[in-house]
This record gives sequence, structure tokens and C-alpha cells, in this order.
Amino acid sequence: MLEVRGLTRAFGGLKAVDGVDLDVPEGAIVGLIGPNGAGKTTCFAAIAGFVKPDAGSVRFAGADVTGREPHVVARAGMVRTFQITQPFARLSVRENVMVGAWLRHARRAEAEAAAERVARAVGMGAMLDMRAGDLTVAGRKRLELARALATSPRLLLLDEVMAGLNPTEVAEIVGVVRSIRDGGVTILLIEHVMQAVVSLAEQVHVLNQGRIIARGTPAAIVADPAVVEAYLGHGAAARLAGGGGGG
Amino acid sequence: MSARARLLLALGAVAALALPLVLPSNYAVNVAVMILFSAFLGQAWNIAGGFAGQTSFGHVVFFGTGAYASTILHATWGWNPWLAWPMAALAGGAVGLGIGALAFRAGLRGSYFALVTLAFAEVFRILANSAEFTRGGLGILIKADARAANFQFRDPAWFYYVALALVAASLAIAWWLRRSRFGAQLAAIRENEDAARALGIDVLRAKTLCMGISGAMAGAGGTFYAQKYLYIDPTIAFGVEKSVEMLLVSMIGGAGTVFGPLVGAVALGFVGEATRALTSAQGLGLVVYGIILVAIVARLPDGLIGLFARRAARRGGRDA
Repeated sequence: MLEVRGLTRAFGGLKAVDGVDLDVPEGAIVGLIGPNGAGKTTCFAAIAGFVKPDAGSVRFAGADVTGREPHVVARAGMVRTFQITQPFARLSVRENVMVGAWLRHARRAEAEAAAERVARAVGMGAMLDMRAGDLTVAGRKRLELARALATSPRLLLLDEVMAGLNPTEVAEIVGVVRSIRDGGVTILLIEHVMQAVVSLAEQVHVLNQGRIIARGTPAAIVADPAVVEAYLGHGAAARLAGGGGGG
Repeated sequence: MSARARLLLALGAVAALALPLVLPSNYAVNVAVMILFSAFLGQAWNIAGGFAGQTSFGHVVFFGTGAYASTILHATWGWNPWLAWPMAALAGGAVGLGIGALAFRAGLRGSYFALVTLAFAEVFRILANSAEFTRGGLGILIKADARAANFQFRDPAWFYYVALALVAASLAIAWWLRRSRFGAQLAAIRENEDAARALGIDVLRAKTLCMGISGAMAGAGGTFYAQKYLYIDPTIAFGVEKSVEMLLVSMIGGAGTVFGPLVGAVALGFVGEATRALTSAQGLGLVVYGIILVAIVARLPDGLIGLFARRAARRGGRDA
């Protein structure tokens, strides 16, 4: 479904994303994790067309979409959400989700029905008439998800939809994401919350300082010394293995 | 639309149609004409500035382009003004598309966009002042020949009905924008461009198109003005006053709402007449407008319409 090869993007002298290869097979939930500043969001932005990559290629559903405008990418069926939520603050939840739904529905009644269906699916059925600007953090995260989902995407790029949520809310969103996948949508998710990724993703890629340092199943990733060091600092893996405890 | 809203709208329409019959003098009818005209131009601004959030300080450039286009066709080339009218809308729309494409392609937003539109209006004013075919600073006089076939009326009530038709058409466009996919795209762009792009909206195209529609409306307004006063010059056609007026009626009434510009135009019309009746001091009207604008921006960000909407919300209704 998604094939990223050698994706590179530098800001000034800093290579935020440096030769990233990434594959997302159709129907999968794939995780992209890494410590703060690892380049996850830039990687997403470069895939979805929000920043032009300096090098590398992005193929989506067999077509080359490298450096294409975000709306072109979205219409092709690859839609991202934002880590820092970007609600249409003065519009209602219904109107927000309808903006997504309008992409595939030409008539108002259809767009409205589709928006309400999606809102219910992500648990926002009771909030349809609320102003998006009045939502809680958890509500805004759900709204990001609902709007993107309303465009009927084939691949969803979810950027930290669980950050800032309490454990109950995380558990709810995990359920929602899983049901979205079961509805036939492929998912690539960035997550800082390791536990969420481990419970959701079948395949995990670990990004550190712009490079992929490990990939594999969640179980293999948590045990990988390189990953532990990336998160906890140099030498941490050895200390942990030596029985120091912690974590 | 609720039954109550429909009834209000029907009553309003009947009252508007009957108004010239009950107004005491031609002066009063002319005031009503200018209020309606102001509401129409305000709606043109509102399409871009309110619905799409692209605040322009130079919307007069479309008005002036339309005024010159039809007046040159009519006075210089001998076209019938009714035929020249759609050309004015086309010219205004073309300039709207052009300025929109240039400014938005350059990534101008917010106050930068506002300043660039202001600059365009000034450039057009200077060009009109120096060009041969606009007859420079002398302006263009339309020969008085009061026949309806000539888009000139002896009885101002006919101008009133033409202006009323313009306002009705502009309200229909605004209503369509509230309901349509294109309108939803503009609202999304106004609220958050990045999110709009992420959801598949071609932001550049939508904004440019919106400037084209807005420009065409203002251009059509230019012909109306020229035919009413039978004279235009660079200052009338491209002066900053009209830009400010368009922005004022829309913001005071409620930018981004269907009836905002009409409400704003009526309110400002009454204020204008009141200040004129109370004092002969030049420019006092503008001072009062300014004070009202400051008060509105500070206390009522949704304009006068926001007052009604808030009361409706208290009664338990939704979506004014």
C-alpha cells in the first residue's frame, strides 16, 4: 500500500529525516515510534506532501506521490491527522466532519449522513452540535480521527492520536483505531506512548535521529538493545541487563 | 430553514417590495437605494472576507474595474448598458481571479494579503488617472437619457428595485455558500488552511475561485453605480472609501453570515443619515462609523447578527 524509499529531508544542517525506508502492507496497522525529536512528524509531513522531501520516493497504491500537494495525496486516499490538533474551531463537530465527508459526497444530505455515521463510529455522536473549539483534548483527538476518516481514506496516517490522553481514553481510542482497521482502512501510526503501539501495531519501525534503527514485531522491538538505548540513553541497555531494574 | 425563518423572510421580502410606495420623498428612496447597494457590495466583500476569511482592504478594485468596463463600453463604444453589465461582472471576476492567483500563489495571508489588495486598488487608481481610454482624471460622463432601455430611470424607485434584485441575488449566493461543498471548503480554509489541505481541499483553487466570484459581484455593482450617478472618475472608482465601506457593513453586520452585510448596511445607513441630520460637520459620519466598528470588534466579534443568534440560542434554537 505504502512504499517509502530513502526519504530524506533536512532543515538547515540538520537531517530531520535521513534515508528512511518504510513499508505499510494493505490492511495492516504499522507503528512508527521513536523518542522526541526523532523526526517522526517530519517523516509524516514528507509522506503526506506537507514538506517536500530532498531525496527519496513515496509510492502509494502503486502510484508515485513523492512531493505531491497534500490535497492530491488526500484525494488519492492517504490522509493524515495532526499531532497538535487543528480543529475548525468555530464550526460545529458536524460541520468539521462534513468537510472531510464532502471529499467523496457531492450532495449535502449524503455528506451530512456520512459525517454523522463516522462521528458515531468514533464515539462523538453526542457532540455533533458542539463547537469544535469547545472540545476537550480527548474530543479534539477524536475529531482529528473522525474528519480524516470521513474522507473514506485507504490509508490513515495518525500522528500521536493518544498523546495527552488518560489511560481510559487511550483504551477507548485503541478500540476505535482497531475497528477502523477492521473496516478495511490501513493504518500507519506515530506514537510516543509505547504501550499503545505495542497493543495495536503488528509491525513497528523505530526512528532515531532521522534514521530507522530497528524494525520488527512489537515484542522484538521492546527487547532490542538499540531501541532501549535510543529511549533511555547510551549504556542503558547494558545497565538494565545487568539487573539494575528501573523502567 | 425553519417555518419561522421562512415566514420572517417572506415578510421581509414583502416589506422590501412595498417600501418605495410608502417612503415620503425621492430623497428617502435614494437613501434606501444606497443602503441596498451598500449591502450588495458588502456581500461581495463578505464572500471573500467573511466566508473564506481572506480579508481584503482593496475590494474597490473590482467595483472600479466593473464601473470602468461597462462605462467605456457604453459611453465610448456605444454598447447598450444592459449588455455592458455582464461584461463588467466578467471584468471584475477576471481581475479577482488574477489578483487572487498572484497573491495566493505567493502565499500571502492575513494582513499581507490585505495590504497587497490595497496596493492593487491604488495601482488601478493611478492607472485610471493616467490612461487615455479612461480619460484620466477627468473621468467619464454618461450622457443622461432617462429611458429604462438605457438603464437610466427618472423615478428612483426603479433603481431601488434593481438594487433589491442585486441584494436578493447576493443573498442567494451567500445562502448557497452556507449549504454547498464549495462553501464548506471556504469555511475550512478560513478556520485552518493546513487542516483543509490535509482533507483534500485544493486551497489555492478554492481561494482564487472565491475571489473571482466576489470580484464579479463587485464588478456588477460598478455598473449599477455608474448608471445611477452617470459619472465615474478614478477616485470614485478606485478610492479607498468604498473598500472601507464594503468591509465595514460586512463586519458590523456579521462577517461570514448570510444576512450580515444587509444588517450592517441598514445600521450604517441609519447612523449616516442621523449624523447628517444632527450636524453638518464633514467627516463626522466616518468618526461615528469608526467608533461603532471598534465597539463591534471588541464586544461583538460575530457582528450585529451575533446578537440575534445569541438570543435565538438562549431560546433553544440552533444555527441562525
